Amino acid sequence: MTTLDPIQVFRTEAAELFEQIEAGLLDLLHDLSNQDQIDAVFRGLHTLKGSGAMFGFDALAAFTHHCETAFDRVRKGEVPATAELVACVLGAQDHMKVLVDQPHGGHEEAGDRLLAKLQAAVGEHTGSTVVAPPLPAPAAAASKATTFRLRFRLPANAMANGTNPLGLLDELRELGECSVTADLSAVPGLDEIAPSDLHVGWTVTLTTEQPRSAIEDVFIFVMDDMELEIEEGASTASPQSGPKPAAAPPVHAATSAVAPVPALHPADPAQPAADAKHSKAAENLRVPAERLDELMDRVGELVIAQSRLSQLANSSADIQLRSVSEDVERLSGELRDTMMVLRMVPVTQLFNRFRRLVHDLARETGKMIELEFEGETTEVDKTVIERLADPLVHLVRNSVDHGLELPDERTAAGKARSGRVLLSARQSGGEVIITIKDDGRGIDRDRVRAKAEASGLIQPGQQLMDQELLQLIFQPGFSTAAQVTNLSGRGVGMDVVKKTVEALRGVIDMRSEPGKGSEISLRIPLTLAIIDGLLVRIGTGCYVIPLSAVEECLELSLEQDLRSRGRSFISLRDSLVPFLRLRDLFRTGTPPDPYQKVVVISTGDERVGLVVDQIIGDHQTVIKSMSKLHHDVVTFSGATILGDGSVALILDVAHLVNVGQQQEAQLRAAG
Amino acid sequence: MVAARHDIDELWNGAEELSVLTFNLNGETFAIEATVVQEILDLLPETQVPGSKSFVGSVINFRGKVIPLADIRLAFGMEATEPTIDSRIVVIELDLDGEPTLVGIRTDRVYEVTTLPRAASEPPPSVGMRWRADYIDCLVKRGGEFIILPNLRAIFASQDERSGSAAGNNQGL
Repeated sequence: MTTLDPIQVFRTEAAELFEQIEAGLLDLLHDLSNQDQIDAVFRGLHTLKGSGAMFGFDALAAFTHHCETAFDRVRKGEVPATAELVACVLGAQDHMKVLVDQPHGGHEEAGDRLLAKLQAAVGEHTGSTVVAPPLPAPAAAASKATTFRLRFRLPANAMANGTNPLGLLDELRELGECSVTADLSAVPGLDEIAPSDLHVGWTVTLTTEQPRSAIEDVFIFVMDDMELEIEEGASTASPQSGPKPAAAPPVHAATSAVAPVPALHPADPAQPAADAKHSKAAENLRVPAERLDELMDRVGELVIAQSRLSQLANSSADIQLRSVSEDVERLSGELRDTMMVLRMVPVTQLFNRFRRLVHDLARETGKMIELEFEGETTEVDKTVIERLADPLVHLVRNSVDHGLELPDERTAAGKARSGRVLLSARQSGGEVIITIKDDGRGIDRDRVRAKAEASGLIQPGQQLMDQELLQLIFQPGFSTAAQVTNLSGRGVGMDVVKKTVEALRGVIDMRSEPGKGSEISLRIPLTLAIIDGLLVRIGTGCYVIPLSAVEECLELSLEQDLRSRGRSFISLRDSLVPFLRLRDLFRTGTPPDPYQKVVVISTGDERVGLVVDQIIGDHQTVIKSMSKLHHDVVTFSGATILGDGSVALILDVAHLVNVGQQQEAQLRAAG
Repeated sequence: MVAARHDIDELWNGAEELSVLTFNLNGETFAIEATVVQEILDLLPETQVPGSKSFVGSVINFRGKVIPLADIRLAFGMEATEPTIDSRIVVIELDLDGEPTLVGIRTDRVYEVTTLPRAASEPPPSVGMRWRADYIDCLVKRGGEFIILPNLRAIFASQDERSGSAAGNNQGL
C-alpha cells in the first residue's frame, strides 16, 4: 500500500468540514437564533483554519480566518445571524473549496471581493449592535455575580492532541474571580504513570457576571470528549460551603476526594454519551470504493467456487465432504449478503446536496421554496447514488424552475406563498423509489403538445394518451422552457435523465396535475451487482433473463409453432404478442427441442415473447460487465458466471423488446 | 518506414533486449512482450457471443472475470485451426481507450519466455508480405526463422473500428 499523501488526507478532511459547515449554515437559515448551529459552523471554520495552516494551505487559512472572525461575532451575540450573512459565508465557502483545490492559484481578488461582501453583511449590523447590547445586558443583569462550581476532566490523551489545560484555566480566570483546585485523585502510582498522559482534573469555583454559556464556550473545542460539570448557585448556600475548604492544602485532598464521588454520578449519563460518540467514530472506516469492488469480485469468485464444490459433494457419497460443503455454502451465502450491505449507503448523502442547490435556486429565482425530505435513511448501492446525483439535480432544478410559481402567482392561485419540493425515498421489494414532488403549476399539456408538434416529434392533431404526452418530455431535444435560464438547459436534458435511469435498469414514472403540481418517480434496483435472473437454454448456450422483466412463461404448442412460421405472434389472452425466436437470432445451428417455451418479457406496457429451448430456473446473477471489445453487441447487457464456472450472457430486455416492437410495426405495415 | 522504425524504438524503449513470450500460431512463431502477459491457461469452456465479430467471438471465465477471447489468427488471415492438446490461452492486459482490459488470445502452442536482442530486429517489409504491415511491430530474426511481434494495439483498435459496421449489422438481430 502506498503511504497516504498528507495533502490528500487534508482535502478529504476539508471536504467533510465543508459538508458540516454547509449543513450548519443551511440549518441556521431555518432558525437564525439557533446557538448550536452557530457554534457548529464556528467550530467547523476554526478546525478548517487550523488544519489548513498545518498543511500549508496558507491562503485558505488566512481567508477562513476572516470568516471565522465574522462568525465569532455572531456567536458572541455582537452581530445577529442574518440570511444575508449566511449566503455570504456560503459563497465564501465555495471560495475556500477553490483554495483547497488550487492552493497557489492567486485567487486573492475573488477572495477580497467576498470578504468585502462579508464585511458589509457583518458591518451593516454593527450599526444595529447599538440596539443589540440591551439583549445580552438583561442576561448579564439577571446573572449579576453568580458563583459557578465547575469540575472538569480532560481525556488522558488531551495533551497529545494539543490541548493546553492551562490555557483553559487562564480563560476561566478571565471571566471573573476564580479559585482552582487540582483533583489528583486519579493520578496513579509513579510506576504506572504515563508522562504524556493527563491525569489531573480540576475543580474551579468561579464568580462571574457572565452567563453560563460563556463558561461553556471556554470548553467549546474540547467539549466532545471531556467530563464537564457546572453547578450554579449562590455561594451562601450551606451545602456548597463544604467544597470551599477544598481550596485548602492537599492534605484535605483525601476528604475532598470523597465529595467528588457522589458528584461523579450525575456526570455518569454524560459518560456513556461520550462513549457512544467514541465508538461511533471508531466504527466508521473510510474505504476506497475500488477495494470494496475487489472484495466483491473475490466474493463472487468464492460463490462460484462454492457452487462447484457443492456439485462435487452432491455427486459423492462422502458424508463429511457434504457437511463441509454445506457449511461453506452457508458461509459464502452470508458473506455475499454482508458484502451487499457494505456497499449500501443512506440516501441522506444524496439528498443533502440539494439543500444548497435549493437555497441557491431560491435566491436566483426569487421563489420561496421549502425543501422537505422523507425516508432519508433508505439505503442504496453507492454506485447508484453517485450516478443518480446528476439526474436528480436536473429534476429538482426543473421542479423549481418550471414547476413552482413566484410567491405572488401562488397567492393568486390560492396556495401558500412558499412552494414545496418533496424529495422522498422508500424501498419496495428489490427496488428503491425516489420521488421528486412539487406543488407548482404542473405540466402544461398544451405547451408540451405544441412544442412536440413544432419539433416534429408527433403529428399535428395526433391522438395521445396522457402518459404518452408526458413521456414526450423525455425525448431528446425537448425543452418547454420558453427561455433558457441560468438554471435549466445546462446541457443535461430530460432525455439524459431518462438514459441514466435506464442505464441503472430503472424506470421513470411521471404524474402531473395542472395547477396542483408534478411528481416524478424513479424506480431503481437496489444494487447493480446482483439481480434475480431466469436461466434459460437456447441451443447449447445458457442465457439469463432479468426476472424483474419476466411476465410469464408458457409452452409454444406445436400448432402455434407451425402456424407462426409466417407471422411471429402468439395470442395471449386476446392480445397479440410478437415473439422472437432466439435460436434463429443467435444462429445456434442445433435442432430445436421438441417443446419450445415462450418467456414473455415486458418493459412498461410493451411485451414481447422470447422463444427458448428450455427454462432451467431462477438464478442469483452476479453481473459482470462485458469488455469494450463487445460493446457493439447490443443484445446483451452483461454476463455472469454459472455454478459450473461457465459464462452465461444476460439478455438486454429493453433492446429485445424494441426489436420485437419493430418487427410488429413492420408486419403491420406489410399487412 | 520511418514510422515503423519509430514503433520499434517505442517497443524496445531504449533497452537492448526485450523479454517476450513466444508462441505458435498456424506454424508461425509470434512473440508478445512478457510484461503484458498475465497468465497462460489451458483451454477453458467458452461461451459464444451471438452477434459479435468472429475475431472476438466468445468469452471465458478468467478468475471470476468475464473476458473476451480473441483469435488474432483471423487478423492475419490465417485459418482457424481446431484446438489440439497443445492449445493454450494467453491472457494479456491491453490498454483499450485508456481502459486496461484483459483479453485472452488463442494460441496453438506456447513456447517460452525469452529475450530478443534489439540488434536482430527489423521493421516489417513493405512489400512481399501476406499480412498487413501495420499489424506488425517488427520481425526478429533468430536461428533460421523470423519471430513476429504483432502490434496488438493496432489489431484491436482496427477491430474496434470495424465494429462500427458490425454494430449496424447487429441491429437486424
